[in-house]
Amino acid sequence: MVLAETAGAATGGLEFLWQQRGPFFSGLLGTVELSVVAGILATIIGLIVAAMRVSPIPALRVAGTAWSGFFRNTPLTLVFLATSVVLPLVGIRFAWADAIGVDTFFIFAVIALSTYTSCFVADAIRSGFNAVPVGQAEAARAVGMTFGQTLRLVVLPQALRSVLPPLASMYIAMIKNSAIAEFFNVGELTRFFDDQVRDHPEHLYAEFIAVAVGYIVLTLLVSGAFNLAERRLAVSR
Amino acid sequence: MDTQTEATTPEPTEPPTAGEPLVVLDGVNKWFGPLHVLQDINLTVHTGEVVVVIGPSGSGKSTLCRAINRLEPIDQGTITVDGSVLPEEGKALARLRSEVGMVFQSFNLFAHKTILENVTLGPVKVRREKSDLVRERAMGLLERVGVANQAEKYPAQLSGGQQQRVAIARALAMQPKVMLFDEPTSALDPEMINEVLDVMTSLAREGMTMIVVTHEMGFARRAANRVVFMADGQIVEQATPDEFFTNPQSERARDFLSKILTH
Repeated sequence: MVLAETAGAATGGLEFLWQQRGPFFSGLLGTVELSVVAGILATIIGLIVAAMRVSPIPALRVAGTAWSGFFRNTPLTLVFLATSVVLPLVGIRFAWADAIGVDTFFIFAVIALSTYTSCFVADAIRSGFNAVPVGQAEAARAVGMTFGQTLRLVVLPQALRSVLPPLASMYIAMIKNSAIAEFFNVGELTRFFDDQVRDHPEHLYAEFIAVAVGYIVLTLLVSGAFNLAERRLAVSR
Repeated sequence: MDTQTEATTPEPTEPPTAGEPLVVLDGVNKWFGPLHVLQDINLTVHTGEVVVVIGPSGSGKSTLCRAINRLEPIDQGTITVDGSVLPEEGKALARLRSEVGMVFQSFNLFAHKTILENVTLGPVKVRREKSDLVRERAMGLLERVGVANQAEKYPAQLSGGQQQRVAIARALAMQPKVMLFDEPTSALDPEMINEVLDVMTSLAREGMTMIVVTHEMGFARRAANRVVFMADGQIVEQATPDEFFTNPQSERARDFLSKILTH
């Protein structure tokens, strides 16, 4: 009796999810878009901040440290609040976004998520720099390389291997952090979940499992990609 | 005091190969915290001269060597290389460093590059020379130091002696005006020391200007024009190898020599 009931509920849940596949996939796509764009930006900013923090110019070191100290120690929700509420208040509204069909709130979310994540990227990269023996950079400088060349041609390629594992964890954390964007008017996976729970509370378990699986697939893809990259790098030396 | 002809230490007889002053240290001082590692150093190295710097460990000789291409910044005084004072950190310093070859105690070959790439990287990236021309020159240099057959390997696959010879080739590829050697054989197994010293001796014979920090007294006797003896951050005495080894003037030098020559 109970078994049959459960089975009935399960098939009912599956049926329900199948009906909701449209919103589900658009939510998943929202999370993917946000994570990919923010991830790329966070990596670029993180690289710059990491380079600033080992730069020979004291002012750049101070600026890099300040950036990390500020964004790393601010709760992500507050960073989102600052970009989504404060930026428009001071007149920054990204009017051009509409023209290319991008939601302004998406841009605010990208800025919040990438600035916040960039601090962690910077620290992961910096720990990679530290793992490269000092003599490597000294030899590069002795040959006449500039600071930028030393970093790009000698230190960074060797740091990459030890940077990959912490970077992978960080991108995974970022995907999950992207859920906060829901509260700032961005259509993504957690938004899908909340909408469904509100409209169809009877399918709570199915909705929950679907969203969980959605996130797990994304994070597994990231760790898979990074494992592959790590193995590649291990072979080539 | 401000001209290099007026050295504070007794000037040795000029080496026969002496040319123009190439590297000039004038009143150089450096501190590591409270430790005064370089104390009012005045030293002039002329074109074509081979100067060997010896002294007990902690005497500041490595710091002296590293200060010449500003891997160690100095606190007071000036260092001049081929007429120009060492600039602050930046593009000008990078350019000057490209003209000063450096060989390290621990080789410091680029671990992620092949032997050939180690030698070509500087000329191609720093001097923007054509890569096929550089490649040819690099193979010639590897040939000369006897590791051409290892060109496609990675540094970790070579012995210490081979790595150090590649490091010399890497420095030579930049066609430097002067070569600095910072204890180039100290990290080597005994049987590999000679293969490196042989390369250095032949360089010296060809007229390369060299500043060599080393414990190899045999090399100093064979190849040096001048021996500079340092202790406690000071240049205690300098003389031709013959004079220095047979008739050291200072108590510190006699003491040092007696310790290394009796073992």
